[in-house]
Amino acid sequence: MPLLGADMEAGTLVEWKVKAGDAVKRGDIVAVVETDKGAIDIEIWEDGIIEEMRVQPGTKVPVGTVLALVRARGEAAARPAASAAPPPPAPAATPPAAPTTAAAPPPAPGARVRASPAARALARERGVDLASVVGTGPGGAIGREDVESAARKAAPAAPSRAAGIRQAIAAAMARSKREIPHYYLCADIDLSRALAWLGRENQRRPVTERLLPIVLLLKAVARAVREVPEVNGTFVDGAFRQSEAIHLGLAISLRKGGLVAPAVHDVDRKPLGELARAVDDLVARARSGGLRSSELSDATLTVTSLGDLGVGAVYGVIYPPQVALVGFGKVGERPWAEAGRVEARPVVTATLSGDHRVSDGIRGAQFLSALGRMLGAPEEL
Amino acid sequence: MNREEIAGVVRVILGGIAPEVDLGEVRPDADLRDELDIDSMDFLRFVVGLHERLGVDVPEADYPLIRTLDGCVAYLAEKSAAAPPRAGAAGGG
Repeated sequence: MPLLGADMEAGTLVEWKVKAGDAVKRGDIVAVVETDKGAIDIEIWEDGIIEEMRVQPGTKVPVGTVLALVRARGEAAARPAASAAPPPPAPAATPPAAPTTAAAPPPAPGARVRASPAARALARERGVDLASVVGTGPGGAIGREDVESAARKAAPAAPSRAAGIRQAIAAAMARSKREIPHYYLCADIDLSRALAWLGRENQRRPVTERLLPIVLLLKAVARAVREVPEVNGTFVDGAFRQSEAIHLGLAISLRKGGLVAPAVHDVDRKPLGELARAVDDLVARARSGGLRSSELSDATLTVTSLGDLGVGAVYGVIYPPQVALVGFGKVGERPWAEAGRVEARPVVTATLSGDHRVSDGIRGAQFLSALGRMLGAPEEL
Repeated sequence: MNREEIAGVVRVILGGIAPEVDLGEVRPDADLRDELDIDSMDFLRFVVGLHERLGVDVPEADYPLIRTLDGCVAYLAEKSAAAPPRAGAAGGG
């Protein structure tokens, strides 16, 4: 069970996407896991053959539990589990205790739960484990009515999704404020050149490929990180681990409350058009379901923007184990004094929340300065 | 396409972006961003939806004109009336 966030302690295996004997390659989605952040597609990080499922759908297990064994191609079968403390394997004929009192037996290891797409969607929405639902359709297939029925039975005990997300945020933010000595800096950045360039660029682009200001901001952050890499990485076991890759977590509000901050991978390497598509895709999946495990565990620095809501500046709480958070407020016209003249210019307030265990205000200030410089030369982003 | 049909298409697009909102409850003169709790990314998705469904390209400078249901329908009706007949799928602008 992968760690999909600093606050995560356990997850429920909802569904296997593969079965024993299947060949898999790095990046394939092999399972769906339910966490406080919703249903997450779990990717695999090795090429090989699925040898054995160790956890059955419907089971909640702690982070670190071995879910399945993967045999490298050419490797002999039945190698021991790699985990230091794997759970005892469940004999095929004795499934682990089911989380509910469903009359039907849970599916055999590796078997897919038979359910209609509508039932699967409803189950995700209502937080119902399909493995615990008794199907009344042809051949025991699960329909929407079966999920509704199971949800009604489970309702008194199950916290709402919004409550779960709120608990997860509370745990992570409380830990952050407890452990991380934050410092905060802010700088006003003149966006005249950036927005003028964006306007020209969008006039020549088809409507489906228009760029939003957030895309420029993300790219500029990634470029500034190259100059001040101390803001990019994690603080684990008492030491800072700087990340070579720049995976920016993007704080995305969910329509039913709460937020997630999945990672946009390799932001510094993506051309703006590709970055725009990646951000659009990530936001859509964050709100509709379908985030991948790597997106929830890989972020090296988080960016949050509350400008759409008219906020002037964001002084954010660092998402552990990361060591910094960049915030953007509203882009709006403000009086800007330069060379003895005052004129109205589009300005954004950028903030940096930094971890004093890793960086000092001087480096933080240099980061914000670099960010401003990057946004002053948008054609180079 | 008359105004009623345009309004229907607009509601379908918005319904896909904010599925939990009862569009029947949205005041026709209210700011869609506030009323539907949509951000700039959702708004761009709305603009792309108008392009795909109606073949109308809304330039960024015109975004303020489509921020209410009434304003949006009026804008699209005017654009549709001014545009030459379309021979197939949506064209560019």
